[in-house]
This record gives sequence, C-alpha cells and structure tokens, in this order.
Amino acid sequence: MNVLNFVNAFFSDSAHWHGYDGIPARLGEHVQYTLQALLLAAAIGLPIGLVTGHYGRGGNALSLVATAGRALPSFGLLVLMTTLLGFGMLPVMIPLVVLAVPPILVTTYEAMRSVDPSPVDAARGMGMHESRILFQVELPVALPLILSGLRSAAIQIVSTATIAAYVSLGGLGRYIVDGLYQRNYEKVVGGATLVAVLALVTLALFWAVARVAVSPGVRRR
Amino acid sequence: MESVTKRYPDGTVAVDRLSLEIPDRSITVLVGPSGCGKTTTLRMINRMVEPSEGTILLDGEDIQRQPVTTLRRSMGYVIQNAGLFQHRTIVDNIATVPRMLGWGKQKARARAAELMERVGLDAALAKRYPYQLSGGQQQRVGVARALAADPPVLLMDEPFSAVDPVVRKGLQDELLRIQDELGKTIVFVTHDIDEAIKLGTMVAVMRTGGHLAQYAPPAELLSSPADTFVEDFLGGDRGIRRLSFFPSGRLELTTGPVIPLDATAEQIAAPTPLPPGDRRGRQTARLERAARPDGRGHQAGPAPVPRATVRPGTDSLRVALDCAVLSPTGWAVAVDTDGRVTGVVSQQTIGEAIRSAHAAGRDDERDDEKVAG
Repeated sequence: MNVLNFVNAFFSDSAHWHGYDGIPARLGEHVQYTLQALLLAAAIGLPIGLVTGHYGRGGNALSLVATAGRALPSFGLLVLMTTLLGFGMLPVMIPLVVLAVPPILVTTYEAMRSVDPSPVDAARGMGMHESRILFQVELPVALPLILSGLRSAAIQIVSTATIAAYVSLGGLGRYIVDGLYQRNYEKVVGGATLVAVLALVTLALFWAVARVAVSPGVRRR
Repeated sequence: MESVTKRYPDGTVAVDRLSLEIPDRSITVLVGPSGCGKTTTLRMINRMVEPSEGTILLDGEDIQRQPVTTLRRSMGYVIQNAGLFQHRTIVDNIATVPRMLGWGKQKARARAAELMERVGLDAALAKRYPYQLSGGQQQRVGVARALAADPPVLLMDEPFSAVDPVVRKGLQDELLRIQDELGKTIVFVTHDIDEAIKLGTMVAVMRTGGHLAQYAPPAELLSSPADTFVEDFLGGDRGIRRLSFFPSGRLELTTGPVIPLDATAEQIAAPTPLPPGDRRGRQTARLERAARPDGRGHQAGPAPVPRATVRPGTDSLRVALDCAVLSPTGWAVAVDTDGRVTGVVSQQTIGEAIRSAHAAGRDDERDDEKVAG
C-alpha cells in the first residue's frame, strides 16, 4: 500500500463527496476559517505596518511583537484558549490570527521602509497630503512585498487551520484527526492532500492578484 | 530671504543669518561645497524645512501665511534623481499636480503631452514607465512634472548631478531654452561651479556653516571674487572662463588661405584660397592641419574637431581663443550661421579684443561705483 493508493481510494469513494462530512462541505469550512483569520490578521497587521512604515518609527517594538507572536505555538495556544473560553470559533481564531499577524506586520513595515525616498520627497515638495503620499506614492510601490507577506500568512493559516478539528470544529483537519483516531489512513492521507492542494491554490490566487494589482511600472515587465 | 537661520535640535547650524534677494523671472543658483546649507536653504523656500529664525517673503508676503500645500503647489520642485512615481506612466507622472488641483483627466493629460514636447521628450514615451527611460529622459520628465501646473517659481535641487556630462550639458541647454520661453523664477542648487556660472543670472556662493560668501552675477564672480574661499571654489582658469562673457562680435576678420582638410596634395601645393562665402566652407571644421604654411604633413582628417570654427556674434571670445589655440597655424576660422567661411582671425587679434573687453569691463565698474557713490 503506498500513498498514491490511499489518495486514489479516498477520492474515488463516492461517500466522501456529499453530506456534512463530504469534501465540498469540509473544504468550504476550511476556506471560511482561512478567510476569517486572514481578514482579521490583515485588519490588524496592515494598518499598523503601513503607518509605522510610512513614518519609519516603532520598527523595534514591531519586531519584538512579531518575534513573540512567532514563538507562540499554535496548538498550545488553541488548547489554552479552549480551556479558558470553552468550545467555539473564538479559541480557534486566536491562534490563527496570532500566527498570521507577524508576517503581515513585518513585511508591510519593511515594504514601506524599502520604498525609494526620492519620489516621496518629490510628492511632498509638490504639495501632496501625507495620506495621499501613503496610498498613491508608497503603497503601489510597496504592494508586491506586502502581497508576499499576506501570501505567506494565508498559506500558514491554510495549513494550521487543520487544528480546528481538535476542538470539534470542521475543516479539512476533520479527516486527519478522525482518520488517525479510526486508524483510517486513507482518510488521513486524503485530508492532508486536500490541505496541500488548497495551499497551492492559495499561492496561485496571490500570483493572479499580483498580476492584476501591481503596476507594470513596478513589476518592470 | 531676511536673516534666515536654520538650527537643528542638536545645535548644528545649517544656515546662518542668510539674507538673499532672489530676482523675479531669472535663474538664481545656490552653489557651494557639500554641507554648506544650500539644499536646506532651497527647502526652506517651500517649507520642506522650517526656518528657526527669520522670514522668507514671496512677492512681499510671508510664506508662513498660507497653507503649506497651497504654497508647495505654486512652486515646481525638481530633485536629483527625478523622483518619478514608478507605478505611473510618464504622462500620468507629469499630470500629477494638475490632477491634484482638480483638473479633469483629459485636460491634465493634454497639458502633460504639451509639456513633454516642451522639454524635448518624444510623444511615444507617454505610455512608458519610468524604468524604461534613461536617466536624462527621467530628469526631463521631472522638469516637465514640475512645470505642469505652470507655477511661477521653480525649485531645482541638484537636478542634473546624477547624469553623465554629455547629457548634463544637453539638459542645461534645454533649461536655458525653456527659461527663455517661460521666464520662471528659478532657484537652482548645485555643487558644480561651472554649472552655476553657465545657468545663473545671479550666483550665491555659500560656505560651510551656512554663510553666504558672495552673491553676484557670474561674470563679476569670476572677475572679482570676494575672498580666497570664493577664489578657491571657482578653481583654475578663472581668466579663461571669464572670456565666456565677452562677445566675439567685434573681432576684425581678415581673409587668408583656407583649405579643406581633405584637400589633395596638389591643392595644398598650389593653394587656391576659398573665397569668402564659398559653400565648401562647410568643411572648414576639418581644415586646420591643411592650413599649415608649408603645406606638408597633410593627412585625411578624422571626424571634425567639435567647435573648431567660431561664429562671431554668437560665440564668445572663449570659443574664438579655443579655436585659435586648437588650430596648428594659430588662426581661428570664422564662419557664419550657415557654416560658410567669412574669414580668419589670429591669436594676436583675439588677445587685443580680450584686452579691450577687460578695459570696457573696468570702465563699467567705475561707472557703477560713481552711481553708488
């Protein structure tokens, strides 16, 4: 029995394609967790990163927070939060957001810092308001790096959202957790494959967004 | 500018009690070694740096009295590396300030296209992005962008320092031409004294510590530097460079044998002087070697030496002298604007012209003193 056989067996079993434990439903849940966590993390990380990067202050405090965030183990945090807050969405969201904020925050800050200062000086000298400088001069140039931060955050969330299943929520982690418990390795491998594919799809999505959103003048192609 | 001082919190004084009257519709150049406060001075005019003491008046009104963005939008600003927005096309870069002032997109783009032509940019570049342009082209875009909303004042901070000497010369000539057409009040910062002398109507030489060493028209700067600092900063060849300000129009031309450089040996042996007005005089740029009295040593010349002929009236005495020195015979060949030979002039004649020009200059100075007295 090799892995490919497991994969084949899992995906060809029609029982896996419908119902509340079917692949579409679990995939939907997983995407939903991912989007929620990513939006929350972006809502926290982007504004702070943009503003600190624009003014060039608070870089040290930021890297401290980011390192601390990275040092927290997601699984440990999940168990801790569940014991503190009980079962539900919130104890799952907290570790995912804590996981995703540092890459967004740090790359956004670094992206804004790495913008060539001379167009900013020119913009200020021609009487542009600070907010306009941020959004119309710095952000378009910093965008590729900012997107790469969001991308790595998104991929980390996709792979880590599997832990939601440990606290009796859904998502693709369900297959892995249940499969291990039932010693049904076909299910484990199938779930893991789905997570990997979803991560690759996320990667492709970000590539497409960058193609559309980043100016050809910045892409230099 | 009235007694303007900029002191930083750490106690460094960048500009020290500087008073300067910048004339309307002319180019004023601030020049000096690095760290002399010239850029700080410029940046105080559009309040990128706020002065610690003193006031800056624009047309009699304190610049502190209007909102900073309004002030800046009434002044074009050009910086060293052009500072173009790399995510915007050339035409949108130029249209930035008009768009900020609320112009419609069509109107702003039409204006941008007009300016591209004015600064000598090919219309085909409009849809390109900055990275697709050379440094010199980018700098032209920078100038066009600063002129877009037709501001009366133009601030230029070492705009041509980052391009190579040939491109720089082109940009300088272009700036002088644009200035002839538009008549802006330009404040220009550079560390290059030759650039200052070439462009400036008035030149302010500054020294480290933010002091004004001398404020004078370039010819006066060369003829009578205020102190040894200014003299050192001006560098060597002060006398030669000053000749740029003497016209060559009054040079007396004589006719002499003038032979194209690609003449055959027979032609040289039996020289038939080109009559003044001969169309073949176009070739005179290459004639110096052949014009040797003994007629020997002739070789088919390579490309013409640039500026090997002088156009009296248009060129300065410096060009005339340069031609005479470059010529193996010591004679400069004069041509008219179409490149036809009009005559020749010797080093001696040029020397006399220089002496009389100096004498005239001294008379002017004496007259000035009388008026002042």
